[in-house]
Parts: sequence; structure tokens; C-alpha cells
Amino acid sequence: MLSKVRTSALDALADVRDGATIMVGGFGNAGMPMELVDALIQQGAKDLTIVSNNAGNGTTGLAALLAAGRVRKVICSFPRQTDSFVFDELYRAGKVELELVPQGNLVERIRAAGAGIGGFFTPTGYGTPLAEGKETRVIDGKGYVLEYPIHADVALIKGRLADRWGNMVFRKTARNFGPIMASAAKVSVAQVEEIVELGTLDPETVVLPGIFVSRVVAVGKSARAAA
Amino acid sequence: MTQTPSYIAWTRDQMAARIANDIEDGAVVNIGIGMPELVANHLSPNKEILLHSENGILGMGPRPAADAVDPDLINAGKQPVTLLDGGAFFDHSLSFAMMRGGHLDIAILGAFQVAENGDIANWSTGKPGAIPAVGGAMDLAVGARQVFVMMEHLTKDGQSKLVHRCSYPLTGLGCVTRVYTDLAVLDVTADGFAVRELCQGMSLEMLAALSGLTLAAA
Repeated sequence: MLSKVRTSALDALADVRDGATIMVGGFGNAGMPMELVDALIQQGAKDLTIVSNNAGNGTTGLAALLAAGRVRKVICSFPRQTDSFVFDELYRAGKVELELVPQGNLVERIRAAGAGIGGFFTPTGYGTPLAEGKETRVIDGKGYVLEYPIHADVALIKGRLADRWGNMVFRKTARNFGPIMASAAKVSVAQVEEIVELGTLDPETVVLPGIFVSRVVAVGKSARAAA
Repeated sequence: MTQTPSYIAWTRDQMAARIANDIEDGAVVNIGIGMPELVANHLSPNKEILLHSENGILGMGPRPAADAVDPDLINAGKQPVTLLDGGAFFDHSLSFAMMRGGHLDIAILGAFQVAENGDIANWSTGKPGAIPAVGGAMDLAVGARQVFVMMEHLTKDGQSKLVHRCSYPLTGLGCVTRVYTDLAVLDVTADGFAVRELCQGMSLEMLAALSGLTLAAA
């Protein structure tokens, strides 16, 4: 029987190693897999590289992981927010490395990893400081920058419903990076509000086919209210 | 320098109203974070303008009532919004394909500087110690069919934000098509800035002197 269902978030993350590259879904707190990040803090892996759009908000989730001193490097597009004081302090103190990537390049580099693409030419960032040192090419008169895929050991994502084969649907703008990140990691772990029986999800509207999901944990609806 | 200027600068709402007035019925528009957010308040109910948000919305609606806020439904500035009938949600890859792939009619961006060759600088002042952040600005700059910039004409120190060449780190090259400031509306042309409209009491010569640039009439 094929079942990706795990009984707890901690159980689903038991094998995360020190030094791992971990993608974390979410745009701000929408789609941020809070319970999985809490479990990662509890699990104890350190020296992590985090790939996420932002660098933590307030004192929970990614910010708490950063505050616990477990992150070596952050790859993101927008670390500067009014409530990202935890990252700000670590960055200014030189305690965390930052790779700043334009948002569209970030998601496309993740998509490329999941889709087996070795690199791609993007117009985004051409001629700017974020393309410095990178290979460029002019195609049909327009400048492009060569960008490489970002692979991860683990992806942590948040959806609304999943079945035991890992098929998933999301909720509103909480979808954002989730389905893409799930495709780019060796192990992708999803937290959902509820796990439903096979055949419940309309196959025409499954957003993330189960092949991209390794493990699923039901955490209930509290996750949404707490976001 | 205590002399009262002879011109009356437009308010931010007046600037936003001008931009809203120039957006055609049926256009797909991305409104950037910051000053451009005011444009949404001035869109005519007689036009159907589809708002795109980089985090996966087409057909974004206004801010909900306080008791209808949904933390899963936010805009690029992470503020609560709504979805119009006919609106759609999608993932980040598809959202940025819309932006980078030339599918948006207009992006409205704030800026630190716009150069007469259409270059824009709006993500970093390069100040030491500042946390660098870029988000989707570079994708919008290169991808939208038209890039409108909304910004004050002068800095607090009276320096022109319209420049010959940007001194701040660039966001995109040669991509700005029109600039709306509190003093004028200008098109970016192959020959530099061309003035479409001036605020009350402003002359082309006075604007050119304030900007330190040669300006043409559109």
C-alpha cells in the first residue's frame, strides 16, 4: 500500500541532517508551514541553508529557527521587512550569509531543479548588481543572465488537503512557492489541514500531483488561524 | 532657499488619479508596493481593470472589512485583500511567467531614480549596513509591456530623481515608459524625457532647471 501519511511533524523530519539545504514555502506567513518549521527546531538539525522568499517574520517560524542559531545561509528575495528583526540582527552581526535572488529568478531556479533543467537565460537582473560575475548572453537583441537550478535536500510546504498518495490542493495565496518547491527537493514534506480518502480530490483540480510529495502530516485547521 | 515656489505640486492622490485615468479599460496591471498603492483607490468603476499580484492573484479586489480578513489571502505587500468574481489563484512560477513573459499591460513602480534612457533604480540605495531586498521589482521592470513610475520629482534635499544616468544600483535597463511625478508627467523616448503635462504654474524651462536635464515637449 502506498501511504505517505506520517503521524507527526517530528516523525516526518526525523532524518534531516546537519548542513542540509531546506526549502520553506510561504510568502510572508501565507503558506508558511509553521508546524513543520517548529518540528525542525525541535529536531535539532543545524548549519542549514534555507531557501525561502522571506527571512522570517516576528519571532515564530523561520525567525525562531534563525534565532536558535541553526541557519548558516539564507537564499531569498526579500529579507527586509518591518518585522524581520531576527534576521536583520544576525545579518548585521555577520552570523548568517545571504544570497539575494530576484523573486522570479528564485522560483524559476527552483522550478528548473524540479524539472531537470541545467540552467536558463533570464532577462531579470541583467545589467544590475545581482547579475555581477554571472554569464550573460544577448539573444535577439535582448540581454539575459545565466541562472542555475537550486536543489534542496528537503522541502517543507503547506497545503489545505492531501490524500495518502500525496495529491494536494492549496488555499488562496498560500499556494505560492509550495508546489514548485515540492518538485525540487529529494524529500518533500507537506503539512495539510486534513488528509482525505483517495478519490475525494477532484482529479481535474489536483494542484500538486502526489509524485512530488514524499510525506504528509495533518495538523488541523489551527495552522490557518494562527497564521 | 526660503522663496515660495510659484508652482503648485500635485498631491499624491492627484498623481494617482492621473495614472488611473491613463489605464485603459480591460488592462492587466500590477501595482507595486508603496506610493503606487494609491492608484487602486482611483480606478474608475466604469472600467474593468484586472489587478495582478505577484504572490498568485489575477483579479485582486480591495481590502476586506476587518471581520473578513483571511490570512491566506494577501497581496505583495502582505496586506489582506479580496478576490473579485472571475479572479484566479496560481503558483509563483506561473505568476512570474505572467510578469517576465510580457503578459502584463502595465506595471506601476515606485523609484529612487529614473534615467533619461529608461533605466530605473528602486531596490537599493547601496547604503552600507542596509539589508538588501529586491522581491519582484526586477521581474516587473523587464517584463511588463509598459512600466509606469510614480515618485516625487525631487528628494528631500531638492535633488532631481529624474537623472541623466542612475547612480543607485539598477533594477532594470531601459524599461521605464512613463514617469508620473508631483510636478509633471513625462514619457521616456529615444531622445530622453518628453513632458506630457506640467503641474499648475510650472514651465518646461523651470522643470528642466529643477531636473538638471534637457526636456522636450511631448
